[in-house]
This record gives sequence, C-alpha cells and structure tokens, in this order.
Amino acid sequence: MRIVVLIKQVPATDKVKIDEETGTMKREEMEAVINPLDLYAIEASLQVKERIKEDSEIVVISMGPPKAKDIVKEAISMGCDKGYLLSDKAFAGADTWATSYTLSTFIKKLGDFSIIFTGERATDGETGQVGPSISAQLDLPILTYVSKIIEIGEDYIIVERETEEGTEILKSSLPCVISVIKAISEPRLPTLRGKLKARETEIQVINLKDLGLSEKEVGLLGSPTRVVKIFYPKLSREGIKIKEKSPEKAVDAIINFLEERGIL
Amino acid sequence: MKDVFIISEVREEKIHPVTYELLAWGRDLTDKLRGTLSALVLGNNLEEQLKELIFYGADKIEFFKHKELEVFNVENYTKILVPFIKEKNPEIILASATTQGRTLMPYLAGKLKTGLTADCTYLDIEEDTGLLLQVRPAIGGNVLATIKTPEHKPQMATIRPRNKKPLPRNEKRKGEIIVHNINEIFSPRVKRIDFKKREKEVSLSDVEIIIAGGKGLKNPQNFSLLFDIAHLLNGAVGASRSAVDMGWIEYPHQVGLSGKTVNPKVYIAVGISGAVQHLAGMINSENIIAINKDPEAPIFQVSDLGIVGDALEILPLLKKKLYERKKKDV
Repeated sequence: MRIVVLIKQVPATDKVKIDEETGTMKREEMEAVINPLDLYAIEASLQVKERIKEDSEIVVISMGPPKAKDIVKEAISMGCDKGYLLSDKAFAGADTWATSYTLSTFIKKLGDFSIIFTGERATDGETGQVGPSISAQLDLPILTYVSKIIEIGEDYIIVERETEEGTEILKSSLPCVISVIKAISEPRLPTLRGKLKARETEIQVINLKDLGLSEKEVGLLGSPTRVVKIFYPKLSREGIKIKEKSPEKAVDAIINFLEERGIL
Repeated sequence: MKDVFIISEVREEKIHPVTYELLAWGRDLTDKLRGTLSALVLGNNLEEQLKELIFYGADKIEFFKHKELEVFNVENYTKILVPFIKEKNPEIILASATTQGRTLMPYLAGKLKTGLTADCTYLDIEEDTGLLLQVRPAIGGNVLATIKTPEHKPQMATIRPRNKKPLPRNEKRKGEIIVHNINEIFSPRVKRIDFKKREKEVSLSDVEIIIAGGKGLKNPQNFSLLFDIAHLLNGAVGASRSAVDMGWIEYPHQVGLSGKTVNPKVYIAVGISGAVQHLAGMINSENIIAINKDPEAPIFQVSDLGIVGDALEILPLLKKKLYERKKKDV
C-alpha cells in the first residue's frame, strides 16, 4: 500500500514579509518550519503503515521554495520513506485552486496510492481548502476533520469525523483523501536513525517542465483569486485606557463597568 | 440576471440558524447587484421549515429532496449542485465556514474551476465592476486581505458564523419555493454508518459574559482563575490560540479565526495581546474589557475599558471581590 502525505512550509514567526505588489508572502526570506498541523497527518500515515501487514511506503510531497526540502527531510526523519518537492519560480503566488491543481497533476503522475493525508489547514493561510480541492480534482472521496482511524482494509477505511454536532462514523472506499485534526494522536519526534536516513535520502525536485504544465496554469497566473489589498484593520472603539498602579483600583473599575452594563 | 446563491446549512434534518446570517449577507449583495437571492436546500422532510428562509430574506428556495440527502454527504451534494450551478450560472455562491461549508465549498470550487475565499469576515460589491469583494484575516491572522475573483464565475466564499445579525423575521415577505424531487439513485463512495451526538458542548454563544485568557497568564494554574471568575459572573471561559496550543484549556474554548466567533454583552480579554487572529473572533462583542501589561498591545485599540496592569495581581483580587458580593447577596 502506498500512502501520500502532503505538507507545507510555513513561517516560524509572526513576522511575515509581504510582497506589496502581489499581496502574497515573501517565502524566500522567512525562517520556516513544517506546518504544525501537518505533523498530525504524518503521524496518521505512520500509524496506518504500522497497522497494515503488507509492505507499504509513505511518500511525502510538498510545494514551495527550494528551502522547503528541509521540511520534507524532517518528515523522513519521523519515519516517512520518500520525498518530493514541487518547486519552480512559476509556482509562486498560487491560491488554493492553483496549488491543488499543481499537486494533483503530480499525484496523477505518481501512480497508484491508497490514501492522501493532509493537515486540517496551514497555520499561515488558514484556508483548509487544498485537501478538498485536490480530492475534487482527482475525483476521490474526501473525509475531513478526521479524529480517529477505526479500521482499514484493502479497499476501505472506517474513520471518526468530528462536526459541530457530534461524531460521525464514516466508511469510505479507497483511494481517498483524509484531512486529520489534532485528536488523531500526538505526533512522534524524529529518531536518530530517522535523521541519519533523512540525511542520506535524496529529495527529488519537480519543476514546471517535469509536470508538463504551462506557466499560465500555475502560480499567480493560474489562480482564480487575487489579493487586491492588504490592510491593517481599522479598530474603531474609542474606549478609555487606564493605567492603574494598584490592582484594587483596577478591580473597582472593572466592577463599576460591569454594574453600568447590568451584568452585576 | 445577477443571481446570488446561498447554500443552506442543514444539520440532522434541521435548517441551522447560521443560514439566516448567510441570507443577511446574501440580501445585502443581491440588492447591490439588483438580482435574485436563492437559498439552495438539500434534505428530505424540510418542507415545513422552508418558509422561514423567505421570512429571513430569500427570494427563491430551490429545495432538492431525497431520502439520502438527510445526511450531509459531499459527493451527493456535489452531484446535485454542480449541474444546477452550471445551468443557472450565478454570480456568487455563499456558504458558512462550518465543517460542512469548509468541506463542500472547496470540493465544489475544485469541480467548477473557480475561485473560493475561505472564512470571510466581510463582503461587499465593488461599485464599478460589480465584483465580489471578500475580506478575510490573512497571513497568520495579522492583517486583513481583500480578495477578488476577477475572471471566474461563480465567485465563491465561505463566511465566518456570527459576523452579521440575521435580518428581522418578516412574515409578510413573499418568495417562490421550487421543489426538485430527486430520482437518481446515489452510490456515494463515503457512507455514514453511525452518528454520536455530542452530549454537552462548550457553549460560548448562550452567555452574557466571557472571560478569556492568553499567553500573559503564564501557566495553567493562573489560567484556572478564569474559571472561578466566570463561575461567579455566570459566564463562560474563552481562550486565545496560544493558550490552547500550550494545553492550558481545550480547543472548544478557543476564540478567533481558527476557533469560535462570539458576541457576548461583555468580553474580558486577559493577557491577550490582540492579534487579528483573535480579534476576528470577538470584535463584535457589545463591550470589551482588556487587561494587559503592555500599554501598546493592540487589544487596547478595540477595548471600551482598557486596564494596563498585571493580570496576575488583578485576577485574584477580582475573584475575591466578586465572591464577597455574591455572599452578601445571599
């Protein structure tokens, strides 16, 4: 069985640089880490691998600047087997549709697989749209907000999915796309053996030409959406700010405020 | 014809109130476009509830009826919606940024090859182009971005719940109800085999007051003071993302872009600096009190009462005073 895990490089800090012209992030200039929520996708793939008896392989795929090789290596040090990085200047500025299209094109070339795991969303863009969009573009079933894998067979999987109302038990045929949430289980740390393996593993870099796509189909040019303005929110409350040296006076101010609003 | 579609949120055969917020957004955009607002509803025994959608702002209800639609299923929904959308060619499609909307909409947009903006907090129509302006917190939630879908139709967006009040219910509003009896036999690849309803959910929506804590509280012991104070105020406890990430409190308490959106009568933010990520979830509260050590913290820009001071000194005293008041009342 072959399992695919999709991961994304995100900025390590809150201090993000924005390209004023395109309104997208300057990814080259940032200190970057693996999207924290993708660690749960990696963990889920490792657990599936441990659970099934037949030989299986976990393939990690990321799209990003050349530096994103590091996060693919990190996934390998956690126990994944193989890694690819889709990287090309033309991919820059892609929205969720164009990102999904680029990834889907590569996944089609990759050949057979049983599951694609993703994190719930990335901590930078916070859209959570790439998993479902890829499943639509590959015409696969999608299971989102998955908190537990109950059973897995040769051609099916049974999972728990969390919604606002409760927990659904869903059965899906394979192959399918699964986005997991934190409840799936705590991600493991890289092992020393894993780190050595990651050092020796060659991460194959895939560019526009390898995918057989044109510049117009990817990146900013291939994106249906455009960021037209980035701005700091106008914060309009004209409240009072008091600097209280004594906590007593601060507490009095709070209690007065609550009394005036009829809470107390 | 400039049509606007909203996809109604149906949970366990009930139209969820978040749909009325969608109608309020949709009504606003439709009036600016001088078009028609249609509410798409998928389900089975919903006839009784459909009129409500007209009372809350819809011009037209398109009801797709089939036994198998009693349960939300992405593939079933898509099989019905994709051909219908292609035939009607609406300008705009809106859905809620819920587990349903956030699953269905990217799947639909993937099939329709069009743009989709996630988690919008504000929508408008650009005057000269008639295009949908979609505003959402971006880039880790530190700024707001306006996003357009200039050349693709429909323009699609999911909207954060509780960012707009529903229109007043008006029983005199007239509208058309169209029932599509679906005959096709579904064979979705995903099937729901069981459902366990959550016993008791952490509710931040039914209380008048929320006291929320962040990184500034430093440790779980300090954080637990918030529960005591919330109890004394008959309120609930909220949290910033960092407090949840550090494991001081569970995710259902998280307020912000990646958590819940709340609008209580009073919101008290303690040790929360006020990144846009957090503000997105609480800015519509009626009154905001902020307690923070840093006088430059952005939370003070949205607060009605801002207290520059040490929360770790203020909270124990606040607890004590509230407790004394309560004792006196009894």
